[in-house]
Amino acid sequence: MYRVRQWSVRNARMLEWLYRRVEGALTLLHPLWLWAGYNRIERPVRSVERLIKSAMFDCNMCGSCVLSQTGMSCPMNCPKELRNGPCGGVREHGYCEVKPEMRCVWVDAWEGSQKMRGGDSIQHVQPPLANDFRGRSSWLSEVRKKRDKNFFLSVKNTSNDAN
Amino acid sequence: MPTEQVGSEGQPLPMLEGHDSPGRLERLLRAGKFAVTAEIAPPDSAAPEEVYERVRIFDGHVDAINATDGSGANCHMSSVGVCSLLTRQGYAMVMQVSCRDRNRIAIQGDVLGAAAMGVANILCLTGDGVQAGDQPSAKPVFDLDCMSLLEMVTSMRDQSQFLSGRRLSSPPRVFLGAAANPFGPPLDYRPLRLQKKIAAGAQFIQTQYCFDIDRFRTYMNRVREMGLTERCYILVGVGPMPSAKTAAWIRDNVPGVHIPDDIIRRLLGAKNQREEGVKICIEMIQAVREIQGVSGVHIMAYRQEERVPEIVTEAGILEGRSPWYPGIKTDHI
Repeated sequence: MYRVRQWSVRNARMLEWLYRRVEGALTLLHPLWLWAGYNRIERPVRSVERLIKSAMFDCNMCGSCVLSQTGMSCPMNCPKELRNGPCGGVREHGYCEVKPEMRCVWVDAWEGSQKMRGGDSIQHVQPPLANDFRGRSSWLSEVRKKRDKNFFLSVKNTSNDAN
Repeated sequence: MPTEQVGSEGQPLPMLEGHDSPGRLERLLRAGKFAVTAEIAPPDSAAPEEVYERVRIFDGHVDAINATDGSGANCHMSSVGVCSLLTRQGYAMVMQVSCRDRNRIAIQGDVLGAAAMGVANILCLTGDGVQAGDQPSAKPVFDLDCMSLLEMVTSMRDQSQFLSGRRLSSPPRVFLGAAANPFGPPLDYRPLRLQKKIAAGAQFIQTQYCFDIDRFRTYMNRVREMGLTERCYILVGVGPMPSAKTAAWIRDNVPGVHIPDDIIRRLLGAKNQREEGVKICIEMIQAVREIQGVSGVHIMAYRQEERVPEIVTEAGILEGRSPWYPGIKTDHI
């Protein structure tokens, strides 16, 4: 929902706070996920994640969520799926080059990031999207990235730790 | 500047110490010269002669030539093809790479191929959306964006590895560029975006058409305050508009081009709009040249390429230099 998505950007500060709490809780529960088996809980967690994030951010389940670094405006709603900032084609009043009726998701992202505590992270250079993670739960990936050192090594090769 | 034997048949120049490429553009910019680049429109043709004809117009007036990569999402001869032909002749090429049509596997291969063919400069672009061209049903790829592309090529060059970490036996020695649009929203984010591009590896910048000198000055003030002009060379995009009608059409239809009303009014009021367009372009070059931190201009004279020599001469930006071209009888670059 476009309207809800816009609301989320306007309330980026509050959502950032909420997100940190949820992330903290999920990370704390790592032993539980491990016990239940990450592969077994992938589907239910993914469904919940999709439900919430689709409603709030028009989430496309890219599997590598960067909302906290993009002002709570999902960059996958950009027709070019740009994850590193606005292209040069943004229209005069901040509307999209490809979809003139939609505000540029990066114009929104910039505004959202200004409201957030960790808004400066919009300057982090994002690595190319891991297409093999599309459709997966990025919440679980985040937790495993934090708690399970071998997770990333085992799943893919990346050069994304340079930043 | 040291006198150098110029590789006339595509022989690479020796790499100077501290340089990342063996190219003339990097040498010029590092030597503090005001550089002039221009854009060649790749032909809708498989004939090399058409490429040579188009480039000869610029001989003796420009330092490096950009080969566009399906600009405006319209298909033409590939930039790697145009660059390969022209580096054989000794021209300094800027190969444009857009993320619209190729994924990371294809682009990394092209970067190696281009460098092997003597391309010393690569301009990393996101690219126009497919809807802008004459084949809007094409699949937009955008596997990378300009930022991740910059970072990837930087790592190929400096770490000598593919994105996967697999080793290269010889890295591509390229000077890396990016585009910037100081005139597009969100205006206050644009200097930060430049900073991000520099962090990702951009060493020179070619901007979108500059028609609004005030907006550009504001941008440059901020860019200077952030110390970014110390970390990259900025070449300002300029070009002649053939008529008020075209200018208005471009403003309304080409994404990212900002043309203020007074420019269009001035064209409209002129007796000869085409000449007025050239005059505005020359004035713009002279104006941007006075701005601290500007290292050169990038002339995009679409369908008016033949006007580039007089624009360069009239603007007086070469300061007596004569840029290299095949057959030139000098030993400086």
